[in-house]
Amino acid sequence: MFDIKDLYQEVIVDHNRSPRNFGKLDPAGRTLEGFNPLCGDRLTLYLNLDDDHISDISFDGHGCAISIASASLMTEGIKGKSVQDAGTIFTDFHELLTDSARVIDLAGMGKLAVLAGVREYPSRVKCATLCWHTLRALLAGDHAPVSTE
Amino acid sequence: MTAAVQPLDDSEFPIHRYRTDFPLLGRRVRDKPLIYLDNAATSQKPRQVIDVLDEYYRGYNSNIHRGVHTLSELATEAYEAARKKIQTFINAASHQEIIFVRGTTEGINLVAQSYGRSRLGAGDEIIISEMEHHSNIVPWQLLCEQTGALLKVIPINDAGELDMDEYKNLLGEHTRIVAVGHISNALGTVNPVAEITALAHAAGAVTVIDGAQAAPHTRLDMAALDCDFYAFSGHKLFGPTGIGVLYGKQALLDAMPPYHGGGDMIKMVTFEKTLYNDLPYKFEAGTPYIAGVIGLGAAVDYVNDVDMDSIRDYEHGLLQYATDAAASVPGLKLIGTAAEKAGILSFIMDGIHPHDLGTILDHDGIAIRTGHHCAMPVMERYGIPATARASFAFYNTREEVDKLVTGIDKAKNIFK
Repeated sequence: MFDIKDLYQEVIVDHNRSPRNFGKLDPAGRTLEGFNPLCGDRLTLYLNLDDDHISDISFDGHGCAISIASASLMTEGIKGKSVQDAGTIFTDFHELLTDSARVIDLAGMGKLAVLAGVREYPSRVKCATLCWHTLRALLAGDHAPVSTE
Repeated sequence: MTAAVQPLDDSEFPIHRYRTDFPLLGRRVRDKPLIYLDNAATSQKPRQVIDVLDEYYRGYNSNIHRGVHTLSELATEAYEAARKKIQTFINAASHQEIIFVRGTTEGINLVAQSYGRSRLGAGDEIIISEMEHHSNIVPWQLLCEQTGALLKVIPINDAGELDMDEYKNLLGEHTRIVAVGHISNALGTVNPVAEITALAHAAGAVTVIDGAQAAPHTRLDMAALDCDFYAFSGHKLFGPTGIGVLYGKQALLDAMPPYHGGGDMIKMVTFEKTLYNDLPYKFEAGTPYIAGVIGLGAAVDYVNDVDMDSIRDYEHGLLQYATDAAASVPGLKLIGTAAEKAGILSFIMDGIHPHDLGTILDHDGIAIRTGHHCAMPVMERYGIPATARASFAFYNTREEVDKLVTGIDKAKNIFK
């Protein structure tokens, strides 16, 4: 049976308590805000690109453990990656949480796989994907804040 | 709730018998017995309500106030009988003062658009409070945009009580409407609505009371409150969703223009002139939610059988028990500590976001609400994005409160 600790794994609790890449990047080539009006979660992403590589990324804001840990793990997972690779990771991650039919190679996802338990809680999927939707808009050059609704 | 109230506990209140009336309370969630503590969002329904809905659709479903055939007469009779039950339930002077609406929200919008829009102009003032639900804020903001009226807000203190001195200061010759909640959905505060109304009347204003949270917890007495309008929802009172009541004083309702135009709200229609129907039908355009009205009547019968005073006394003891239990949890901070409270325990935890707590409790079959509770100005007042809220009905037990505390401890262990 699914245990609540499969959702709140040690890695998630740790990244919530001590989020990585937390704080403003100064200077930041791009910044974008994302928020979830249903629950009040709010984060800002800061990004620097070196050609098509994500040379640096950080975030700040507030939210539940799932949203903070997800943003922390995302920044860790894509720093140094190409924009194209980040897009692939986004697709895999999104399907991991929303498409129960698709078989995902969890081993290939690295630490992000710890968020797989969120799929058991559909109302919490937006907490985990807020940072990713914000990232995608940021990479696309959007300026309007991202809302989950 | 006064000091004279003697809390009842389970032994004096046959709660386990009542619980068997609610089929849903017997189900399991995530393989645990359901503990339903989200009654401020909506209540569960007793079989006595579910059965009348079933009987209506199986036995005499038809339109009301129209047919000469038997089924229509049966449906009309049941529909109007429910109106009289509700009149008695809230101690209104006449059944013509009972308007069926979709819920509290529609009731407030009806008053804002019909009474407010026809009477208010630039410079007139509407007073609401800092603890209102969005449904008692936004309709007044819309009215202000339409008429040029101004919105004034009664502040609350740290305990979550209205600042009555500031209310008296806000009242003045320009005040036209005072709209406040009877019981706050985010804080549990019971507001002194009779006193608020007396002060408003002295200033020449009418009062609109949002009774959404009050109806399931306390006896409603329109004559004693003397308020001008009072709105509540059926679904929080163990009835169906989609049906509610707007009470209004007859003289005011008579003078108000219709809210919606359509069938049933007219006496005669020509292209030159339409004669509106008498109260309450003037405000009930179109085929109403007939089953919902009959179901709400059954819900009123049900709580009358249990007895609203016993419900109030039992819940008073339960909330006191829950408040004491919460106070014993290190790191838990109550949001809303008014001297007069009913039904609601809103709180935050050190180091645990309310949404994470809600998910962890759900895993143990415990349903609470987390978020801003459609009262974002309250969250802003306390400088927090959200709270966790356990809200009670008369069918909740002290054992369930104990399990809530155990669940909170489990969350603390995960996040320690």
